[in-house]
Amino acid sequence: MELSGAQILVQSLIDEGVEYIFGYPGGAVLHLYDALFQQDELKHILVRHEQGATHAADGYARATGKPGVVLVTSGPGATNAVTGIATAYMDSIPMVIISGQVSLPVIGSDAFQEVDMIGITRPCVKHNFLVKDVTKLAETIKKAFYVATTGRPGPVVIDVPKDITAPNIKVPYKYPKKVSIRSYNPVVTGHKGQIKKAVELLLSAQKPIIYSGGGVVLGEASNELIEFTKTLGYPITNTLMGLGAYPATEKQFVGMLGMHGTYEANMAMHDSDVIIAIGARFDDRVTGKLDLFCPYAKIIHIDVDPASISKTVKVDIPIVGDVKPVLKQMLELIKESQKKPDKKALEQWWNQIRHWQALNCLDFDRTSPLIKPQYVIEQLHEVTKGDAYVTSDVGQHQMWVAQYYPFDKPRHWINSGGLGTMGFGLPAAIGVKLAFPESEVACVTGDASIQMCIQELSTALQYNTPIKIINLNNRYMGMVRQWQEFSYQSRYSHSYMDTIPEFVQLAEAYGHVGMRISKPEEVRPALEAAFAMTDRTVFLDIMTDQTENVYPMIEAGKGHHEMKLRVATGTSTDRELA
Amino acid sequence: MKHIISILMENESGALSRVAGLFSARGYNIESLTVAPTEDPSLSRMTLVTSGSEEIIEQITKQLNKLIDVVKLVDLAESFHIERELMMVKIKTTIENRDEIRSMANIFRGKIIDVTPSTYIIEMTGPSEKLDAFIAAIDPDSIIEAVRSGATGISRGEKGLHL
Ligand SMILES: Cc1cc2nc3c(=O)[nH]c(=O)nc-3n(C[C@H](O)[C@H](O)[C@H](O)COP(=O)(O)OP(=O)(O)OC[C@H]3O[C@@H](n4cnc5c(N)ncnc54)[C@H](O)[C@@H]3O)c2cc1C
Ligand SMILES: Cc1ncc(C[n+]2csc(CCOP(=O)(O)OP(=O)(O)O)c2C)c(N)n1
Ligand SMILES: [Mg+2]
Repeated sequence: MELSGAQILVQSLIDEGVEYIFGYPGGAVLHLYDALFQQDELKHILVRHEQGATHAADGYARATGKPGVVLVTSGPGATNAVTGIATAYMDSIPMVIISGQVSLPVIGSDAFQEVDMIGITRPCVKHNFLVKDVTKLAETIKKAFYVATTGRPGPVVIDVPKDITAPNIKVPYKYPKKVSIRSYNPVVTGHKGQIKKAVELLLSAQKPIIYSGGGVVLGEASNELIEFTKTLGYPITNTLMGLGAYPATEKQFVGMLGMHGTYEANMAMHDSDVIIAIGARFDDRVTGKLDLFCPYAKIIHIDVDPASISKTVKVDIPIVGDVKPVLKQMLELIKESQKKPDKKALEQWWNQIRHWQALNCLDFDRTSPLIKPQYVIEQLHEVTKGDAYVTSDVGQHQMWVAQYYPFDKPRHWINSGGLGTMGFGLPAAIGVKLAFPESEVACVTGDASIQMCIQELSTALQYNTPIKIINLNNRYMGMVRQWQEFSYQSRYSHSYMDTIPEFVQLAEAYGHVGMRISKPEEVRPALEAAFAMTDRTVFLDIMTDQTENVYPMIEAGKGHHEMKLRVATGTSTDRELA
Repeated sequence: MKHIISILMENESGALSRVAGLFSARGYNIESLTVAPTEDPSLSRMTLVTSGSEEIIEQITKQLNKLIDVVKLVDLAESFHIERELMMVKIKTTIENRDEIRSMANIFRGKIIDVTPSTYIIEMTGPSEKLDAFIAAIDPDSIIEAVRSGATGISRGEKGLHL
């Protein structure tokens, strides 16, 4: 079969099993768009901004585990995609981004809409390719998917010069079934000796804790983690990225750890004698001040990426490998072992943890006349029966979802953790809804974040992706305001916008349903009404308490045992702060 | 401590910038870097001199290994190895100092490869420290220009860095 480069690209994606491609046209990709037009297997989703394309593809990837695919034009199309590429990179999300490029002969001449996409994206991709020969195009695409989805996943850019896609140059096409790259061989199973040592240490622990992260979600190892945790009977905490990998409503779960984690999770980390980190990368939001991190613990760390091991925290027993087979290997040894977890020590440990839990660190004022954001999330959890896919933007609202929406399943909590990209939530929700049209998809956002990719409301209408947008409208960049309150004597420098739009009208202008909620008693009925409208995107603009802060919190330079807790909750009226 | 990291990588355009970019992005220092094709035209070999604590060097080698274009690497500091650097120094000469410079070059096993009435060019190879020592031994005012290749190295014995 002889095809043009443009046809090869489209056919390769189809042969790769790609369902959706999120994109935006332009000069350098016109041949490609023409090839897209002449087929109907690969569905193209036209976004309103290339950043939206990358986040939508990313949301699709996080929810399904399949790579998200993006198509953008050269120059401004490519640069607009960079934020979304970096977002995926930081959270290890598999994506393939195809960017148009100026034709090969003019590369380097400052041609119209030329930008060095390979150079620009180099530090925020797992790998990138510039296609210089149309006969290598199909193989390059296969390689891109292979790299993006194996080992530690990540985004891969394929930069395609326009002349490579020219309709008049046809070459034989065959999509390779497999590729190998001699310089890329991700490790799968763990080192047996190390695993044995780890199991011995685990079984001799007096105050153990399991600290698991996004790697368990990425590695589809939730079932193994559950069995592992239940077999041992040890407490488990999850990172922001790991939420849902272990059911949050199960009793061994002690909540998220880190800056806005629970008191009990952080205290247990601090006092523990053995920590097993599973697909987690000791991020600074998790560790707090490194010198104070887990002073008494021996640390075991399972990770596919050797570079994640001993990067910030020196570990005692590193295990390089894919979390799923490694957990299976460990479970087998645990079951075979004569040694059992020390029941008495464990009982004492659990007593201590229950004591910390009794502090009820996530309690909040339930009598306030103002809408408490935490209450909204609790209600969202009830109304959706804990079953929804929830995307979020970045800020206080994101932390409140993490704290008050207990996720019981992996891939249901979709947020930007590593880069913390405002603008992520709405396009991501569209990507998730396309993947799971029958499931409920909520986007919890803030009055500032939502404005960063608001244009995607238009995409949501065009492709009929009925999502529910829950805007926790505190008339502030709440997270910034909170830091200014705590660390800058409440000098609220530019964290307030005086001209926040009428979101209800805005939603209506985009063809959706808008509702404004100002009283606590309206929250539940509004949520119910919104989710009852199964065929409409609904924008709930919920006016929340402006002064609410995220607690508990580890402030900068503090350790896990030095959390700032909520003290008697006062409420102040709207505008008092402004 | 100084480490010489020897890297075998795909001979692709852009491979060098991936390595250089990694070092600048992560704030690792590069003292020198040389790169040239190998006997296998699909591969090139890079020698990189860097320094840092044990933890930093460990991260550097892990991060380098993570680059898709990197096929293999070895930290030569971990085993017996030979290090060589090439230097050419152009020295301003006078009737009075010509003899002294020539004998100095001899002591360091350098070769005079170009002579004009007022200059010598001396070629010298050796471990970087030896070249440093030579420079230190010469009157700094007489040095017009010194070019150095950066260090390269190879491990001793039967072991080697290849596919
Ligand atoms: C406003 C804000 C506040 C935040 N506060 C917190 C907080 O309080 N607590 C918190 O936890 N985070 C918080 N974060 C998120 C934080 O920045 C990090 O993104 C997060 O902690 C990283 O999670 P992780 O360690 O699970 O790693 P991830 O980024 O999910 O990385 C996964 C790790 O697993 C490895 N891996 C991937 N696949 C596999 C596999 N198959 N097998 C084995 N290993 C694998 C990877 O190599 C990597 O090391 C916050 C973010 C924002 C924006
Ligand atoms: C693109 C981008 N710019 C700036 C920031 C810094 N930042 C983090 S949270 C935040 C405020 C978010 O405000 P809002 O969306 O209203 O959420 P809230 O904290 O009020 O819930 C800002 C500006 C960011 N994370 N991303
Ligand atoms: Mg806000």
